[in-house]
Order: sequence, then structure tokens, then C-alpha cells
Amino acid sequence: MSGLKYSKDHEWVRIEGDVGTVGISDYAQEQLGDVVYVELPEVGRTVAQNEEAAVVESVKAASEVYAPVSGEVVEVNQALEDDPALVNGDATGEGWFVKLRLSAPGELDGLMDEAAYADYVAGLGDD
Amino acid sequence: MSDDAGTDTLARTPLHDEHRALGATLVGFAGYEMPVRYAAGIMAEHTHTRAAAGLFDVSHMGQLRLTGSGAADALERLVPGDIAGLAPWAMRYTQFTDDEGGILDDLIATRTDYGVHLVVNASCKEQDIAHLERRLDAGVGLSVLSERALVALQGPRAAAVLERHAPGCTRLAFMTAGTFAIGGADALVSRCGYTGEDGFEISVPEDAAVALWRCLVAEPEVEPVGLGARDSLRLEAGLCLYGHDIDETTSPVEAGLAWSIGKRRRTGGGFPGAARIQQELAEGPKRRRVGILPDGKAPAREGTPVLDADGEEIGTVTSGGFGPTAGGPVAMGYVAAEAAEIGRPVSLLVRGKPRPAAIVKLPFVPHTYHRP
Repeated sequence: MSGLKYSKDHEWVRIEGDVGTVGISDYAQEQLGDVVYVELPEVGRTVAQNEEAAVVESVKAASEVYAPVSGEVVEVNQALEDDPALVNGDATGEGWFVKLRLSAPGELDGLMDEAAYADYVAGLGDD
Repeated sequence: MSDDAGTDTLARTPLHDEHRALGATLVGFAGYEMPVRYAAGIMAEHTHTRAAAGLFDVSHMGQLRLTGSGAADALERLVPGDIAGLAPWAMRYTQFTDDEGGILDDLIATRTDYGVHLVVNASCKEQDIAHLERRLDAGVGLSVLSERALVALQGPRAAAVLERHAPGCTRLAFMTAGTFAIGGADALVSRCGYTGEDGFEISVPEDAAVALWRCLVAEPEVEPVGLGARDSLRLEAGLCLYGHDIDETTSPVEAGLAWSIGKRRRTGGGFPGAARIQQELAEGPKRRRVGILPDGKAPAREGTPVLDADGEEIGTVTSGGFGPTAGGPVAMGYVAAEAAEIGRPVSLLVRGKPRPAAIVKLPFVPHTYHRP
């Protein structure tokens, strides 16, 4: 799937108009293992870039999900409440976390495209 | 996402290459590079262990041998468990206590023909060895069995599987052991474990470890299981993890381990910290380890404050996570003794928000030990 931009913290954002859909990368879900709980922010909350926007929990541990871009939360993925494993099954699709109305679209320029992120992950040297 | 500083200085068990070949994710644990999970993942490994049989490499744990006719008596002076009263090849769960009655480590002692075989925690083994060297009577020999590997086979199919390789092992009852020849190697087989399931721990010389691992993992009922599922299995079983649920600041009575202190030891004392432990047995401890069941779906991790109905802090979660068999979050921790009442509602302060929970009876998943 094209059009995704990635952060170094392994979040992705897909832009449609002035709204960005945010989730965690396939690499991140693989590292986490089975996702058992996702805590999502309230609609209407404003998050700054790199601010904690959600929490994802595996059997082992809780991890923060940071907003890859600044904006206002306009929608959260309610489906994760009943089926957090969607994050494992379809990290960059059905397993999305939040939709943000971007307040600083220029931030997107600082994110990695698909190819750059693939290189970045390969460079982490962690199998 | 990885908090592992590096694996250069970590020790490896004799099964390291087997783990790699099975697609394990390796992490540093107690100075060893250990599999936290295999390709199947923690959830699948956990449920497979409860449904069939899981194979664990626990070679990082310390195996020690006390020899000499006074070995059992000498060990008794360091632990509150009844060791002298153990029949040959019977086993006991007990703790090394300090002079204040805190727990230095928990361990399993097996009475053998030569003395006593001990299995201690990986993270404590160096201190345990130093402690034993300092405090054991002069006539008792101490050997560190660093050239032996240890694997655990756990789950309802474990006995049927192991019987194919160690005929007669199914006659062992829970917390008894015996020596068996497995593939020509001399194996100490113990019917015990850390999952709440029936199962065995098998100690073999390190040069026999790979052959043992391969013949067990090749069995159709068996899947390899990493430390991640080992932790979720023991948490559901209500079993303590040293350094988390018990440590020098907790006594065996506070930890709900009074069952492991025999009648003779309760009255006779004669172990480090006996005064405090006997007082707590008589009057009750100030706090108790309890099961805590969150109402919702949010796991409460170690360190989560436990609050009473008025919002006063009454304790702390010491182990918490998701229980795959329980089907939701499970936790244990310490609360003030007066609050340690089954069914009492409490709240858990997770990420600043109080969330409803209740004090519950442990374990979360019933034990299925083999007690004929």
C-alpha cells in the first residue's frame, strides 16, 4: 500500500484531505506480539507531534503510541475495543488507531516514505 | 521498542542454537540470552501449554548439589521448609530467608541418594551460592552443577509424551523425582513446574541437552515455549516470581507461602528470621499477597497502585498482565491485611485513572497437578 508516511517510533499516517489516519507499523506489531488491549484518546483531544496519543498492550507489556503529526482527534477505531488483535492482523489497515485533523501539515515532510522506513527498519538489525 | 541493551555479554544455554533454529526472539534475562517467544507467539504458546504440552529451556536456573549425611539438616538452618522430613526423592518448595524474615530467594529442594538437589532462580544463584558457602556447616559439600541443562515439559499431555522417552516417569507423583536414562543420558526427572499444569523438569548433562530437546520438540503434542508465556502461565497459576512478588522486603507469611512451612518448623523455628515469621503466623501479617481481578479489559502492570473505596492507597500490584486462559487481565499484589478479603472491591490506578477491580482467590486457573 502506498501513501503511508512513517515516524522513527514506528507509527504511520495516511493522509486524505486534511485528515490523517494513524496506526503502528507492521514491524511494530510484530515486535509487540499479540495485542490484548488498546487505549484510545477521546475525540476532540488535541495532540502534538510525538506526544502520547494511545497505549497498546501486548501480553508482556504496555507501550505508548506517539502522534506522528499534530492535530485534533476526530475519530478513534472503536473496533479495537472488542478486537485488539486487528492490530496484529492488519496493522496498516483495519488496525488503525485514530484519525487526526492535521494542524501542521508541514510536519509530514519530516516523516519517512515507505522505502525510507523499510531501510530504517532493516538498519535496526533486530530480527 | 527493545529495551535490551545488547547481547554481547550474555551467557548462552546449551540450547541456544535450537532456539535460533526455531525462530525464537532472544532477550537478555538474568545474564542469559533467552527465548522470550518463538514464531507462534506468547498467546499461542500459552494456550498450547494448557491444551497439550509446552517445552521450556530453563537452563539459566541454578542447579546445586548438597552432599553429606548432614545436608538436609544443614539446609534446614537456612530455610523454613521441612527438609529433614523429606522422604528420599520427595521435593519441597521453600525459601532462603534473611535474619529479618525477608526472602532471599525461593527454591525447590529434592532429597536424593547423595543429599539434596536444589534448583534456584537464575537472578539469585550467585548470591545463593555465596550465602550457602558462608552459612552451610563445614561437613556439607556444595557443588554448582553448571554443566547441567534443565528443561521443563508442561501441560496435560506432558506425562504421555515423556513416558515414551523415560518409561516409568508417569508413576512419579507431583513433587517427587527419580533418575531415568533418556537417550543414554542420566536424567533427574522431577514432577513439578511453574505453570500450574501437570508436568516435569528434566535435568541432564549439558552435552545431552540438544538430543533431549530435539526428541521432545519433535513429538506431535509439543511446542517450544518462551519466557513470555512462562510468565503469563505462572501468573494465572498464582505463583510468585522472585524480584517481583517476593524479595527481601516480603516475608513468606505476607506472600501467602505459609503452606510451605511445616508444622515442626513453625513451632521449632531454627531458621533465619524465625522470630518474625513465627509472630506473623500467630498474629497475622500486616499485608498479604492477593489475587486482583480488573473489571474491564485494561491490564494493570507491576507497580500499579491499589486503592480502597475512599481512594486511599492500600497496596501495589507486583505482577499483572493479560491471562490468555483467563481471557482477560489478571494481577496479584500486596494489600493491607484488613483489606485482603475475597470479593472486596478495590480500584487500580492505571495511567492516572482509577479502574474497578476486586480482590479474588488465587489461582486464576486451577492447578492440575498429578496427585494420585
